[in-house]
Amino acid sequence: MQHSLTHARYISKFGFSQLWGSINYLLKNMNVKNNKNSIIRLFNVSKRFGGKLALKDISLDIGQGEFIFISGPSGAGKSTLLKILYLAEKASEGQILIDGMNLARISSSKLPFLRRRFGMIFQDFKLIPARTVYENVALVLEAAGEKPSFIRKKVVQVLRTTGMEKKLKALPPTLSGGEQQRVAVARAVVGEPSIILADEPTGSLDSSSAQTTLDLLMEYHKKGATILIASHNLHLVESNIRGRNIEISDGMIQRTATML
Amino acid sequence: MIHFVKKALADIRSNRFLNFITIITISLSILIVSVFLLFFENTSRMIESWNQGGRVMIYLKNDFTLDMLPDLKKKINAMGETEVMIYIPKSYALERLKKTMSSQSTFLKTLKDNPLPDAMDIRMKSNNSFEKIQKFAQSIKAIEIVEDVEYGQSWLGRFLKIFNLFKITGYAMCSLFFLIALFITANTVRLAFYSRQLEVEIMRLVGATETFIKAPFYVEGLLQGFFGGIIGLATLLISYLMIAPGVTQNIASYIYFDIRFLSVQMILLIIFGSTFLGWFGCYLSLKQLLK
Ligand SMILES: Nc1ncnc2c1ncn2[C@@H]1O[C@H](COP(=O)(O)OP(=O)(O)O)[C@@H](O)[C@H]1O
Ligand SMILES: [Mg+2]
Repeated sequence: MQHSLTHARYISKFGFSQLWGSINYLLKNMNVKNNKNSIIRLFNVSKRFGGKLALKDISLDIGQGEFIFISGPSGAGKSTLLKILYLAEKASEGQILIDGMNLARISSSKLPFLRRRFGMIFQDFKLIPARTVYENVALVLEAAGEKPSFIRKKVVQVLRTTGMEKKLKALPPTLSGGEQQRVAVARAVVGEPSIILADEPTGSLDSSSAQTTLDLLMEYHKKGATILIASHNLHLVESNIRGRNIEISDGMIQRTATML
Repeated sequence: MIHFVKKALADIRSNRFLNFITIITISLSILIVSVFLLFFENTSRMIESWNQGGRVMIYLKNDFTLDMLPDLKKKINAMGETEVMIYIPKSYALERLKKTMSSQSTFLKTLKDNPLPDAMDIRMKSNNSFEKIQKFAQSIKAIEIVEDVEYGQSWLGRFLKIFNLFKITGYAMCSLFFLIALFITANTVRLAFYSRQLEVEIMRLVGATETFIKAPFYVEGLLQGFFGGIIGLATLLISYLMIAPGVTQNIASYIYFDIRFLSVQMILLIIFGSTFLGWFGCYLSLKQLLK
């Protein structure tokens, strides 16, 4: 009795809005607990470019360690979907949680720290042409403020796993497409991110280089990372990947299938 | 930090032409500014040396009598600038005049009355600036019994006015060149930024903070400013070493005077200024480019 009285007094002093806030907080935490392995969650996300809707009401729950394949025709909204995850674009509507962080609440000063959770791979590789292979990969760790001795060891080690240890001093434009993509994969994984986002990673590669790139990504997937690959080309992947295929077109999820 | 310096040096090397132009522009501006400063430092010193001793001559009115002397002396002493004060009676002045003009003394002998005024010869305390002497002389002139005050060379005042005008022009020129150098530096950083836009975009994607992205640009700006300053001053020093002995000799036939190079403080100030310029140019253009 005494207890409930103090409790009531506490509540009245605390105020209604604060109470509502705490309930909300509890609910949110419960939510997170209920989906313990969720690493990426989208709630009714839309993206508008001018008058055009590139994404329409997308809801998605991606578990830790999943291998996700986002397929669909060109212009379907695959790249846009990846971009709103690493905040290259802001969602027009809806909520996105990455590892429990609400992207809507991330300030521009916190943005770099969000980006460090992702490793990113692109069709055009996005390597710095004037910097060597080594420097391109080391950049990630330098930006994260790692020690030089650690950086040297780690970069060489990662480049060895991608088979590029003999070209440390080469400049990207002197490499073949397949080699550049290996460097890009090395750069994506060197910071040991929990999520890899790859946008048409095999788009400009011949089939054997494409296979190598996918093999490297699967290798990294085995270590527990979550992988999202967006591609309009299903053939290569369908044959040898176990994971979830999310098919989108016109900015909407058309079909989700688990590939075994 | 070493990482950023290395990066900046690599960027300067990979963008040689642009950086060369910028450094040359900065050093030219610094050269022009420091030529002005050199001129002003030396001219100021020359004016000081002309004023040396702060000599002031006071001519008294005709109705001055000797019993007014203690009161006058008291008044002048109260101004607290006087070191030595000598009263020169007009009779003594005439004697001296007769001696120095002995050939024309027949003319002087024909004079019935002494046309010269009584005078006071004052030597001021320490080395005073021209302005201070001027002020002192003006307050003496305000004393009723004083007819006229003479101090320094009469043209010095006029010269000083011209010199001050020159100084203002000099400051305006310096500011103008500072602005030009600033503009050029800001522009170089802007061009460097555009040429590295892909790099900046990639750095952002891999989680580099804005500070990490900006730092190499700042180091580059600082280095440009610093080297620009050094080169500008070195050019001035070389020209000075070649020209100064000749000028000194020429002036020496009129007055004893030596031209000196800029003081160490001034040199440090100039280098600091030009380094700051490099930094500020960078700041301005990055502020515009990266919000
Ligand atoms: N920055 C942008 N501005 C305007 N429209 C855009 C922009 N980015 C993408 N879009 C549009 O959004 C739709 C989806 O594009 P995108 O995500 O690149 O498709 P995908 O990667 O599946 O080929 C397209 O119709 C495209 O024209
Ligand atoms: Mg795309």
